[in-house]
Amino acid sequence: MSFPLLTATAALPAVGAIATAAVPAARRTAAKWLALFFSLATLALAVVVAVRFDPDGDRYQLTESRAWIKDFGVRYELGVDGIGVALIALTALLIPFIILAGWHDADPLETKSSRWRPTQGFFALILAVEAMVIISFEATDVFLFYIFFEAMLIPMYFLIGGFGDRAHSGSDENASAQRSYAAVKFLLYNLVGGLIMLAAVIGLYVVAGNFSLQEIAEARANGSLDMATNTERLLFLGFFFAFAVKAPLWPLHTWLPNAMGEATAPVAVLITAVVDKVGTFAMLRFCLQLFPEASKWATPVILVLALVSIVYGALLAVGQRDIKRLVAYASISHFGFIILGIFAMTSQGQSGATLYMVNHGISTAALMLVAGFLISRRGSRLIADYGGVQKVAPVLAGTFLIGGLATLSLPGLAPFVSEFLVLVGTFARYPAVGIIATFGIVLAALYTLVLYQRTMTGPVKPEVASMPDLKVRELAVVAPLIALLIVLGVYPKPVTELVNPAVKHTMSDVQKKDPKPDVEAAK
Amino acid sequence: MSATAVHSLWTTTAAASVNDGIDKIDAPNIEYGQLAPTLIVIGAAVIGVLIEAFVPRKSRYYAQLFVAVVALAAAFAAVVALAAGGYGTTKARIAAMGAIAVDGPALFLQGTILLAGMVAIFTFAERRLDPVAHGNRVDSFVAQAGAVPGSPGEQAATKAGFATTEVFPLALFAIGGMLVFPSANDLLTFFIALEVFSLPLYLLCALARRKRLMSQEAAVKYFLLGAFASAFTLFGIALIYGYAGSVSYGTVAKVVDGTITTVDPALAGTMGNDALLLIGSAMIVMGLLFKVGAVPFHMWTPDVYQGAPTPVTGFMAAATKVAAFGALLRLLYVVLPGLRWDWRPVMYGVAVITMLGGAIVAITQTDIKRLLAYSSIAHAGFILAGVIATTEDGVSSVLFYLGAYSFVTIGAFAVVTLVRDAGGEATHLSKWAGLGRRSPLVAAVFAVFLLAFAGIPLTSGFSGKFAVFKAAAEGGAGALVVVGVISSAIAAFFYIRVIVLMFFSEPKADGPTVAVPSPLTMTAIGVGVAVTLVLGVAPQYFLDLAGQSGVFVR
Repeated sequence: MSFPLLTATAALPAVGAIATAAVPAARRTAAKWLALFFSLATLALAVVVAVRFDPDGDRYQLTESRAWIKDFGVRYELGVDGIGVALIALTALLIPFIILAGWHDADPLETKSSRWRPTQGFFALILAVEAMVIISFEATDVFLFYIFFEAMLIPMYFLIGGFGDRAHSGSDENASAQRSYAAVKFLLYNLVGGLIMLAAVIGLYVVAGNFSLQEIAEARANGSLDMATNTERLLFLGFFFAFAVKAPLWPLHTWLPNAMGEATAPVAVLITAVVDKVGTFAMLRFCLQLFPEASKWATPVILVLALVSIVYGALLAVGQRDIKRLVAYASISHFGFIILGIFAMTSQGQSGATLYMVNHGISTAALMLVAGFLISRRGSRLIADYGGVQKVAPVLAGTFLIGGLATLSLPGLAPFVSEFLVLVGTFARYPAVGIIATFGIVLAALYTLVLYQRTMTGPVKPEVASMPDLKVRELAVVAPLIALLIVLGVYPKPVTELVNPAVKHTMSDVQKKDPKPDVEAAK
Repeated sequence: MSATAVHSLWTTTAAASVNDGIDKIDAPNIEYGQLAPTLIVIGAAVIGVLIEAFVPRKSRYYAQLFVAVVALAAAFAAVVALAAGGYGTTKARIAAMGAIAVDGPALFLQGTILLAGMVAIFTFAERRLDPVAHGNRVDSFVAQAGAVPGSPGEQAATKAGFATTEVFPLALFAIGGMLVFPSANDLLTFFIALEVFSLPLYLLCALARRKRLMSQEAAVKYFLLGAFASAFTLFGIALIYGYAGSVSYGTVAKVVDGTITTVDPALAGTMGNDALLLIGSAMIVMGLLFKVGAVPFHMWTPDVYQGAPTPVTGFMAAATKVAAFGALLRLLYVVLPGLRWDWRPVMYGVAVITMLGGAIVAITQTDIKRLLAYSSIAHAGFILAGVIATTEDGVSSVLFYLGAYSFVTIGAFAVVTLVRDAGGEATHLSKWAGLGRRSPLVAAVFAVFLLAFAGIPLTSGFSGKFAVFKAAAEGGAGALVVVGVISSAIAAFFYIRVIVLMFFSEPKADGPTVAVPSPLTMTAIGVGVAVTLVLGVAPQYFLDLAGQSGVFVR
């Protein structure tokens, strides 16, 4: 029995969460350092996973399999493919920055009760989310995945509802009402999605008799498990609905702007850059593998929904007056691209989509965290409250600009590669769809640059005149993310090499071949 | 078919004396070993009554508590010994001349009832929550039940330090009845068990120390409606006897599925008349659905849950449900399997409206006890989904769910007893605002229970829900599963609302305080949390246990 590396990677942040929560009330700073330590240790383990993983080896590697709940046909089965490794690495990478960026977000306003320990809770919850997200990326048992897919809602819910944006002033009755509204909306949307998936999970068990992804996919491939067309479609819809809520896909997206608007910036990053990725990841891993026929059947509708997400999200982003909600709508637009890439059913599209998940995580983290620093300085989320910041805080403005340019997929920065791949992959099969999706990029330029122009350029507003520039801690958060955006923009090969073999497997699951280039088709 | 067919245990001696003369009475054959759990509990209850009569007032509380705890522990040990001895599986028999079935489901449910009863007794005995009255520590029960609320007599009783220690023997009698109820193997034993556990509960409901009028009103409501339900049940039993010429489960089942066709000449006019069977079984099932609080027989639940002393509410919500669902399972699986195609659609409908009704009405509740009452109605619906499966898996999933649910329930009601203001327990939801700021631990524990009720993964609620839904889906009730998940989503809303209230609202200046309980209540809550998490994370052992207990002896 080899060392259970995947279990350790997921368990380490869980242990960290418990340890952090147990730190006494007065030792707030110790709790922060402890949380940071555990997140860095998890990152180290994630690196080990990435190193030990052989892209050209078996489809699932580092597998673990133990009996768990025999009566439900459930096993504790873990394994990663290239997509999983990439996303685990992304998660483990972002969490230390999220912790560092949120360093002061949960300091109690007043120390009234010795038993109330918000700081410990905040960092423990972040680590708990990390643990659950990582195990979702690792699970190759549908039930095991489902459990953590659902369970991660609870810590997320407390993070959104319990630790609102300081910019909205903590004691304000109205703000706290809006915050708990956002938290409840988040939870209810995702819970309904999850419960509908539960019905489908049970249905899958009735049809297949177990929950093992590999066994079911194998049985599907060699024909020993035959699903009636309608059954497969219903089960697919049950799964897809949950993932589409999580991702989120229009028209199930409305929880995201509320949640991201009311949460603190680091928590907003946690939602959009980490937790939501589970939704798109699960589409690739579960929808396509378990229900290839139904996936192909649903493709036209899903492509249309993805297109609507891209254009609608971008349009609404243009119209936002609130910085964080703007980023949220931009994310909805980007998730549209990711889903488009997945369901274009070409290898470029799916590689691009996976790469997009990673890049979107990094670029949104950069933009949103800088936006968070900005907001915490001025105490307002409204774009109109800013102006001329680049004159008083040039570093802040510069990093904000790079984050923004990454969001609009400027060539040379990482998201460009993935967006390009998605569009190429889509265009190869569905030219019209590819063309419409391109409008998303145009609109992205509009909302990003307008945001920058309104907040950073122009005459210096009196309220921002004394705004300090980024501090060392904040720079330590932003600089590595920007460096990463540039590195992956110029040299995306490590990630694509990791992802491509996994995408090939998925493509063969749905029995799709890439369309031939037009030159050959013309002959 | 002589009189023995009516009821062997009750009539053997009489029949013997008629046939063979007075000097040749055969003693009925009683398997004392297999009936030990029930006998111990009932015996202890009788001892409890004697304690009330003979032990000085000052020592009664300790004596009663000691007897109750020892009896429940001994009875549980007996159940474990029986199960270990194979009486749940290979040696499952019908005991006591056909009156009692000792088999897997019976032992599993008896074990659950005994453990739940033990935990409930701990909350009964809690004396640290209410402020000290005239130098005496007091529990949740009235000083003297007979004193008119608000009268000088009541004040005098309080002043004298009276305590209604009768609650312990009452609870033991109720538990004794509950032990018999799911293992009854003929309709008369079934009915007697029903009454034995119901009557003490009616009384217990009336004994609240605070808000006495509400408590008494609840008891009257419960008693009147319960009496109705019992009357229905009894009428149903009579009709079934008319149909089958017997009250024994096995014989009725055989008559239903046509194995026995001989007609008792005395019942020639009625035997085999399907109308009697259908009406009779509907009436019995109605009585049981009343006890489990299924819609449309649920009207009593919120009022009684709210009015009864909270420890009693917890006990009732957990143990009554276990016993009544056990009896319902046996009735439907042992007596009426031949009628499956008739009762399944009906139960299907009841399950649907129970799940949806409980979940939807709960949304508008503003009192925590009423909210939990409606939640228990919704849960009854989920359990019914497992009952409908009509498979062995269905039985074991229901058993598992009952076990998981009862500990969450007792724990949740135990937490409710802790949150207090000047008027006693602060059950209005608005008073729970900001509890998480003031007492993070209590609020967190209650949140765990609420999440378990909502069926969030990694809690016992999820394992249980998954088990019953899986059984239902495999039993061909896929649509029911869909209704189930929809009502779970609705139900999640109000559980979450309470969590929002506790954690995300500002505490009110005049809000309630959280009393620090004695180790008794702490144990009850601790057991609740432990069971909730263990059954959520590693349910395999208990699923196995329930799985092995899925077969009824016939």
